[in-house]
Amino acid sequence: MPKPERLNFFIDPNRCIGCQACVQACTECDTHRGDSMIHLEFINRTQSVQTVPVICMHCEQPTCAEVCPADAIKRTGDGVVQSALKPRCIACGNCVLACPFGVPEVYDDRQLMMKCDMCYDRTSSGRKPMCATVCPSQALFFGTREEIERLRPMSAPVNRFQFGNQTISTRVFLMAPVQMASAQPLLDVTAAMSDIPQPRAMSLKVIADPFAEVEV
Amino acid sequence: MATIPADDLSITREFGPHLSRMTGARLSTSVEPERLVRTHCCFCGQQCGIQLKVKDNEVIGFEPWEDFPFNRGMLCPKGVKRYLQGSHPDRLLTALARDESAPAGFRPMSYHEAIAKTASEIQRLQAAYGNSAIGLLGGASLTTEKTYLLGKFARVCLKTPYIDYNGRLCMVSAGAANKKAFGIDRTTNPWSDMVGTDVIWVAGSNVAECSPITTNYIWQAREQGAKVIVQDPRITPIARTCDLFLPVKPGRDAALFAGVLNLMIERGWIDREFIETSTVGFDEVAAYCRQWTLEKTSDVTGVPRRSLMQAAEWWGTAKTSFLFHARGIEHHSNGVQNALGTINLVLASGRIGKPKSGYGTIVGQANGQGGREHGQKCDQLPGWRDITNPEHRKYIAEVWGIDERDMPGPGVDAYEMFRKIDAGEIKGLLSICFNPKISLPDSDFIRRCLDKLEFYASIDFFLNDTARHADIVLPGSLQEEDEGVVTQVEGRVIKINKAVNCPGEARQDWIIVQDLAKALGRPQGFTFSEPREIFDELRRASKGGVADYSGITYEKVERQMGVFWPCYSEDPQTGRPIDHPGTPRLFEPGGYNPVAKGNGPFYFADGKARFNVAEYRVPVDDISDEYPLFLTTGRVISQFLSGTQTRRIGPLVDQYPEPRIEIHPRLAEKLGIEDGAWTVVETRRGALTLRAMVVTTIRPDTIFVPYHWPGEKSANRLTVAAQDPISRIPQYKVCGCRVRRSDVPPDYASKLEPQQ
Repeated sequence: MPKPERLNFFIDPNRCIGCQACVQACTECDTHRGDSMIHLEFINRTQSVQTVPVICMHCEQPTCAEVCPADAIKRTGDGVVQSALKPRCIACGNCVLACPFGVPEVYDDRQLMMKCDMCYDRTSSGRKPMCATVCPSQALFFGTREEIERLRPMSAPVNRFQFGNQTISTRVFLMAPVQMASAQPLLDVTAAMSDIPQPRAMSLKVIADPFAEVEV
Repeated sequence: MATIPADDLSITREFGPHLSRMTGARLSTSVEPERLVRTHCCFCGQQCGIQLKVKDNEVIGFEPWEDFPFNRGMLCPKGVKRYLQGSHPDRLLTALARDESAPAGFRPMSYHEAIAKTASEIQRLQAAYGNSAIGLLGGASLTTEKTYLLGKFARVCLKTPYIDYNGRLCMVSAGAANKKAFGIDRTTNPWSDMVGTDVIWVAGSNVAECSPITTNYIWQAREQGAKVIVQDPRITPIARTCDLFLPVKPGRDAALFAGVLNLMIERGWIDREFIETSTVGFDEVAAYCRQWTLEKTSDVTGVPRRSLMQAAEWWGTAKTSFLFHARGIEHHSNGVQNALGTINLVLASGRIGKPKSGYGTIVGQANGQGGREHGQKCDQLPGWRDITNPEHRKYIAEVWGIDERDMPGPGVDAYEMFRKIDAGEIKGLLSICFNPKISLPDSDFIRRCLDKLEFYASIDFFLNDTARHADIVLPGSLQEEDEGVVTQVEGRVIKINKAVNCPGEARQDWIIVQDLAKALGRPQGFTFSEPREIFDELRRASKGGVADYSGITYEKVERQMGVFWPCYSEDPQTGRPIDHPGTPRLFEPGGYNPVAKGNGPFYFADGKARFNVAEYRVPVDDISDEYPLFLTTGRVISQFLSGTQTRRIGPLVDQYPEPRIEIHPRLAEKLGIEDGAWTVVETRRGALTLRAMVVTTIRPDTIFVPYHWPGEKSANRLTVAAQDPISRIPQYKVCGCRVRRSDVPPDYASKLEPQQ
């Protein structure tokens, strides 16, 4: 019997409609019922309806774990970086400061860092994560690489990110325009943050100001 | 007596809306559900499949239903949190009677006493003023069984012509246009047909917020190469990345369609063979469109010429295409013309009745489709039959076991019913699944009408804002407390399954209606013992009608995961009994339908579709020197309709707590309004003070206010009660307004919670 292909998590911000179904569904999870581990970010609501769902990227070498003085953050054999271990976590917040993606949060009421664990209770029993199951635009997609490549020929999965001198590889993929992804299979986040467009920055196709000619 | 029995704030403090949160079994991770019930969401017309977790007669959560083919587990935030409407602190557990001496204006009453009182008041008013003194208002969130029963109850038991429903605010422009053009009123294709098409035109639909699951279909089509055209005064999330955005001025849609069709005709981008063989009326339409030159169309619509040209070229030269519209073009005093304008574009292209080509309206309510087919509309009988057609009357009278001469004729639309209340013709009202005090335009007029009623009874599960005027409130059922079918956006009949029993003295709505019939002394025809029996009669009543459900059974719906109507029990061609699977796709070449009888694919005797001249008219109460800005209204994703349910669900309220005025920064700067500032918007009807939300995603000459809130936050206190002459839909999507900064916060800010 052929080994089933590994299921992966793909984020496609180009598809995100900001509906927060993911945020609402995340609060239904069995391991952190009532709290959402997803942040839904409006990039700049004044300028655009563009939103981005932020889940844990599950780094191969998690910065959060590297900076943890209590060794409380563990990565499972299949690459899922988990919330801090309760007996060990000292709620110092190092992980919050260090994570390049801004994911972990310390919950003061329980003195614990908690974050997305890719619905470990669901994925470990063969189900899809809650957020990717409900996402109505499938900006959050959980499936095989073969599936996403077949379904989305205009984009390609990328899982290497450049933050200054740090290069990070992640278990979770981000969908990038296919030409760009094939030219440089690495997203330079620092370059994208610059006011002056850098050659390695990525631009999404969005409509130009359609109201420029409307008089007030 | 239907004035409010106590001040609004006291009623709000007692009856809400208060917020439900995840508590108890809903928060615990150690509580296992007893069972999962496969059913559908209670909100919009997508009708996503969902599994409800049930324990101890309570819905404690949900699990995605990934096998259901339409949404495959996907849900919007309303679907995710819909389970929190059950076991709610505001839930009506008994009947209520108006009582000015009670602190919150109502006292509990036993169910049987409330039924008896309602029946005796109906009898008193009918004896004094005639049968037509009673009006009945229904809704399109009810199951089809309930809508059928309401239509029958009005005509057979109450013997009044005055029944109408809240689909009047929703589906009727599309319905009327479909009837005129196709002879049948349904979306033409299943959504899965969309993937692989060349062009998708979305006209006036905030797809991502109002029908979120459709987003994935549209974007999956785009992944396969489809170009997406979006026509809207706002850059909604579906417009953000579209290939062509048509930033139309509110109320100018018919002009846009005429201009684009004119370009297509001029360039020869039309299917002459299809027009010749399968349609009638093209020449008149072409003659009308000739005046809509590129220049004139651009001037009137505010859409740049190059964009109009691009739309005409893409639409005109595509091989396959879909066109969708929704309330954005339908909520107009010109709504039918707007919808006909889109149909003309579709017919001229010849792209209909094919696997990758279709047309449809995106319905708004759970049963927006089924609720408009089986007789709760003022002019309609079951099976999409016509109440003025002698043959149709005769057939339904036979099914109902009454003399056709005893069946009332057509009534009037829901708004006109309020004008009849105002005029003293309708004295008593019974309503269910309708909250007109929030949802009808110029709603101060609606409030004054409610005050004039001699008797008003409301069936609801929460005390909605209109029911505050009621003499009697009868405690009805939540969607998960009953079973029955609804027809979703694609025309697919699906099954709502019961998860829990009604709490307290609450009853399933069809039982309440039957109890009223019994108390009125006319129980004949209202002795069904379960929804399945109502459905079986509905199947017979619909048989031979255009909306033929006769071949649908609950079992077939479950087995096939939905059945697309028409679904026949007897082959329409041979008359022999058949096991018909339903009709996923309409108008396929060579298809047989009982109206055309083989003459063609469309539902007219000659089998041909109709072009209709779709004339542009300036909106009523358009912008003027006095009111120089366009006001348009609509939904936000976390709220639904008048908010009776969604304003009671904590996590949904957190997501978007209160209405805001969307305003472009250039306009805001001119008026001295910053983001978050209290701002007054004023029309000829009234004024609201809300916070501003400064965004570049709206036309700078237009403001937007969502309509889900009551009282001082209610957008429909501003909107105009102008209606389409054919469909009678109100013009919610445009009127003139003016805007200014408010120096002080409104009074309500310190008294009311955001959702109230």
